[in-house]
Amino acid sequence: MVGSGKSVAVRLVELRRYFGPVKALDGLSIDIAPGELVALLGPSGCGKTTALRALAGLQDLDSGQILVDGQDITFSRTNRRDMGMVFQAYSLFPHMTARENVAYGLKLRARRKGSADRARKATELLELVGLETHADHYPHQLSGGQQQRVALARALAIEPTVLLLDEPLSALDAKVRSSLRDEIRRIQLEVGTTTLFVTHDQEEALGIADRVGVMKSGVLEQIAAPAELYDRPKTAFVAEFVGLTNRLPCEVHDGVVELLGSRVPVLPGSVGSGKALALVRPESVAVTVDDQGTGRVVHAGFLGSLCRVSVDLATGESVVAQMPSTEASRLGPGSTVTVQIKPQPVFAKAAE
Amino acid sequence: MVAVTSRTGLRIRTTWRWVILLFVGFYLLLPMVAMLDFSTRGAPGTRSLESWTSIPSSPGLIEGIVASLELAVLSVLGTMVLLVPTMVWVHLRVPRLRRSMEVVCLLPLTIPAIVLVVGIAPIYKWVTFFLGGSPLTLTFVYMVLVLPFAHRAIDASLRSVDVVTLSEAARTLGASWLRTLVGVIIPNIRVGIMSAAVISIALVLGEYTIASLLNFDTLQPVITLIGKRDAGVSVAVSLAALIFAFLLLIALPTSDGMRAAGETVD
Repeated sequence: MVGSGKSVAVRLVELRRYFGPVKALDGLSIDIAPGELVALLGPSGCGKTTALRALAGLQDLDSGQILVDGQDITFSRTNRRDMGMVFQAYSLFPHMTARENVAYGLKLRARRKGSADRARKATELLELVGLETHADHYPHQLSGGQQQRVALARALAIEPTVLLLDEPLSALDAKVRSSLRDEIRRIQLEVGTTTLFVTHDQEEALGIADRVGVMKSGVLEQIAAPAELYDRPKTAFVAEFVGLTNRLPCEVHDGVVELLGSRVPVLPGSVGSGKALALVRPESVAVTVDDQGTGRVVHAGFLGSLCRVSVDLATGESVVAQMPSTEASRLGPGSTVTVQIKPQPVFAKAAE
Repeated sequence: MVAVTSRTGLRIRTTWRWVILLFVGFYLLLPMVAMLDFSTRGAPGTRSLESWTSIPSSPGLIEGIVASLELAVLSVLGTMVLLVPTMVWVHLRVPRLRRSMEVVCLLPLTIPAIVLVVGIAPIYKWVTFFLGGSPLTLTFVYMVLVLPFAHRAIDASLRSVDVVTLSEAARTLGASWLRTLVGVIIPNIRVGIMSAAVISIALVLGEYTIASLLNFDTLQPVITLIGKRDAGVSVAVSLAALIFAFLLLIALPTSDGMRAAGETVD
């Protein structure tokens, strides 16, 4: 049986790390529940990798506290932290076979006394990632996706308290990335290890995590379940960073905005009143063919089951709507349309 | 038409490669053939192996060979023990010092041997005072002498692998710094270490100026002395040393290349 059998909680408390004037971590606090997979998402330089490296012990902190299973490990050495890590760059030891790579951590910890035990355990892990037939291959004989799977098996072999994934899919092509993402989630659920996953790819984060934390300039803007993060962003940055948004000028009165004739409530955290920019999801925009309409379709992009339509309005603004392709069959460049906003809450930020 | 042209171009390029290879081979081998010819000359019109068979009985020669071989081993070991951990540490922890380290390591290349001897002669008075007059004390100066070559070879290897990620991976898996160095980094820069070792050995075996000026009887000063009495033996020993260094140069990288050979998938 693979897996440590015990999931632990992780607490990052007020982590700070400054590189000169750059605030990589500026009071970051996150609680991760036992067995939970949390993804940290954000643009380059937002501090997400610094946070993960701090948890691994690969990055010193200026201040803050890291607790794993209630124990303070802030000053523990990297090799004493019991954490498995998969790196963005291929990190398999080139002079070892896949099996030797997986067994390396076991050999160091001497949890499995005999080499036969270690080899059996390594083979089990390779089976878990579907690479038991490649056990005797060297890294240069494996594809990028296979290497990252072996790296995952190697990280799990030591039965880590926490699994750390530092953009492990970013070097892979789209198809491999998608399948490996699903596999990582399956394996994580199977072994139940508390996991921190860092990525700049929002589709990856939303698709894999129990909760997603969005970071900006070393600060956690919001952490929530993927659907909540998408539907109920708490800050303008989250609303704009996660998913597509239309930015429509509006005026907020008593927590309500009027957008293209519809009265729509604003989300908590929005500006209370006055001129604002409403951040509207493309799927909240309804477009219907109407000869009397004031909008004109400039582009209709087919995305498989969905269709994305760009419309120029008489007021000078442009909006993007997203709808099932079956509903967009009559929309083409030049079509005259009416545009309405569905009565779903939107985030309104102060007008620039 | 295009295919025919490219095939002709390929043939011309291949021919040129062979011409250049043969020319370089001829250039390198000619002196060795001449040395072999000279060292096997007997009475007029005959061949003799006398120069070769009298090598063991030449006064001081065996001692000189042994001293040079011991010096080569000690210099290589000393250089590697000092240089490899230092370079890895600079690479991982203070990469901004890489350039400075390179400059320092290249210095022996820019200082003429004679100037080096003038500089170190007073130091060697103390070295011989404390450690005795063994030629093995030359190890210290030879470790400095081989620095540029050893540094170049190891640096190239360190740059060719992602040492930072590999060491971080090893650390997260529970390895101490020593185990990371010995079990992960060194095996992956072994090509550079071997190249550094081979070049260092060749350099130590061929070094004359410093050993001679500091009055140590290593291989090259002994060969020079013998050459004054019996040129045939002197040339035979020189050729043997040259062949030994050549064989080392060929054997070590080849054995490593055979281990590393394999199919690449991407």
